[in-house]
Parts: sequence; structure tokens; C-alpha cells
Amino acid sequence: MAEEAGTGLVFHPMEPFKIHSLFGGEIHWYTPTNATLWMFIGILAISLLFIVGTRGRAIVPSRVQSVAELAYGFVHKMVEDVAGKDGLKYFPYIFTLFLFIVFANFLGLIPMAFTPTSHIAVTGLMAMAVFISVTVLGFMKNGAGFLGLFWVSSAPLALRPLLAVIEVISYFVRPVSHSIRLAGNMMAGHAVMEVFAAFAPLILVSAIGVAVTPLSVLAIVAMYALEMLVAFVQAYVFTILTCVYLKDALHPGH
Amino acid sequence: MEGDIVQMGAYIGAGLACTGMGGAAVGVGHVVGNFISGALRNPSAAASQTATMFIGIAFAEALGIFSFLVALLLMFAV
Repeated sequence: MAEEAGTGLVFHPMEPFKIHSLFGGEIHWYTPTNATLWMFIGILAISLLFIVGTRGRAIVPSRVQSVAELAYGFVHKMVEDVAGKDGLKYFPYIFTLFLFIVFANFLGLIPMAFTPTSHIAVTGLMAMAVFISVTVLGFMKNGAGFLGLFWVSSAPLALRPLLAVIEVISYFVRPVSHSIRLAGNMMAGHAVMEVFAAFAPLILVSAIGVAVTPLSVLAIVAMYALEMLVAFVQAYVFTILTCVYLKDALHPGH
Repeated sequence: MEGDIVQMGAYIGAGLACTGMGGAAVGVGHVVGNFISGALRNPSAAASQTATMFIGIAFAEALGIFSFLVALLLMFAV
């Protein structure tokens, strides 16, 4: 990309999103890469948290147990509030999604780590899984009545065909926006930090760096704090939208 | 020469696409601002509506992310 010759400034904002094989060689579908490594670390951390957290089953919880309980209660309440009591049957899947995204996002904030959720291939798979299962579920639970989701019965009759077209389009855009929101947010935040990091060594090559370098370091710290928030909020948003889609499938009609 | 012009167009287009993010910023600010003004009128009802606020933010933000995606595609894919 853009390299300023002579000044020593090198901009590679997309560098941390490159996938490379861990042991060298070509990448096939089964090759262990940095993406699969960090997904595996995330799953390992989740398993560890819940195996250690549920081993004691004490009435007065230990620290690990209370973290596990907190996560469980948080998602359980979210599913119950948004999707209703009959949505709780699908709680394990939604909880799995939430934990995977949260751990992938936060582990990706470790310097030099890789964020699997910054790739549309990963988030797209999760969004398509949600989309397909929710659609199948809607037809299984309601039969043809599921199509009532697209027929806005509260609108005036003349408007309904037009609204039906818009509703169908917005239904099929769901997996696209669902996946790109997560991937785009993770990628954008990391890329901004990367750009500020490229400005940081300016003090070594130019007098103007005396002003720019502290500013850019401060900006990285601020962005990092924001990214901590974004990492959680995006996992929350992905999960709550899954609950909303699930609610649409269980109770179609407006 | 021709490739240079194409690349210049791609870069200009990427910059223009980024103005879409301003629209998303306005949208997200609007959602949160209205949520807070509502929450200050009736704080007891605010906690039950935070989930709705986040859903609103997510919809407004998705369109800004689309413009970011267009910029990325112009920079790296076209």
C-alpha cells in the first residue's frame, strides 16, 4: 500500500488480518493457520472457564464460578426477554455463539494476536447458520403462516404489496448485515490502531514527531479502550439480533 | 497511464464512500440521544429498553459498515 519513500513511515493497516500457515507451505482447508489457532485458543479458554467454573458447584461461588454464572445468567435473561419463554429451547446454541464471539474478540485485542471474527468467512458462516436454521424453524413451527412475517397486516391494504417486497428484501439482507457488522467493526478498530501505530515512530525521523508521536500513542490507548467496549457490544449485538430473528420465526406477524 | 487513472478513481471513490460513515454517525447519535432524553424523563423504564436501543444502534451502524466495506473493496479488490 501507500509507503512514503524516504521518511521511514510504513503503513500496513491490513497486515494483522493476513492469514498464514503456522508451519509454512500452502494453505489448504485443513492447514493449521493463525486463524484456526486463535479460534482453538478461544474454544480452549471457554472450555476451561466452564469446566473449572462448574466443578465446585459451591453455594458461595468462587471467582471463576461467579464469572461463569454471570455469563450464563446474562445470556439466559437476554434470550428470555427478547425471544420469549419458548425461545429458551434454543438457548444453548445462542450461548455458544455469544461465548465464541466474546472470546474471539477479546483474545484478538492481545497485541500480536489474530482476531478470527475480523474475517467475513468466519462471521458469514455464523450468520448463515443462524439465517438458515431460523428460516427452517419458522416454516417448521408455523407452516405457511411464517409468510405472514412479510404481510404487514397493520398497514393499509394498498401499501401491503409494496411493504411485502421491502420486507422480503430486508429479510434476505439479514445474514449480510449480520455478518458484515461484526467483521467490519473488528477490522475497522484494529486498522485504526494500526494506522496510529504507523505514525508513532515519526519522532525517529523528523522533528515534527515530537508533537505527533505522543499524540498517536495516546490515540492508540484511547482506541484500545474503545475497542474493549466494542468487542463486548458487538458480541452482544450479534447475540441479541439472533434472538430477534428467533422471535420472528417463533411468532411471525406484526 | 490508464491503470494509474483507474487506481486514482478507485482511491477517490474509496474516500467518497467513507462519507457514508458520517450518515451512520448521525443515525447512531440520533438513536442514543433520543434514548437518553427518554430515559431522563422516565428513568425507571430505561433499563428495560436498553436492548431495544442496541438493536436500533446495530441497524443504523450496519449501513455505515457497508460504506466502509465499499471503501475496502475499492482499495484492495478492484
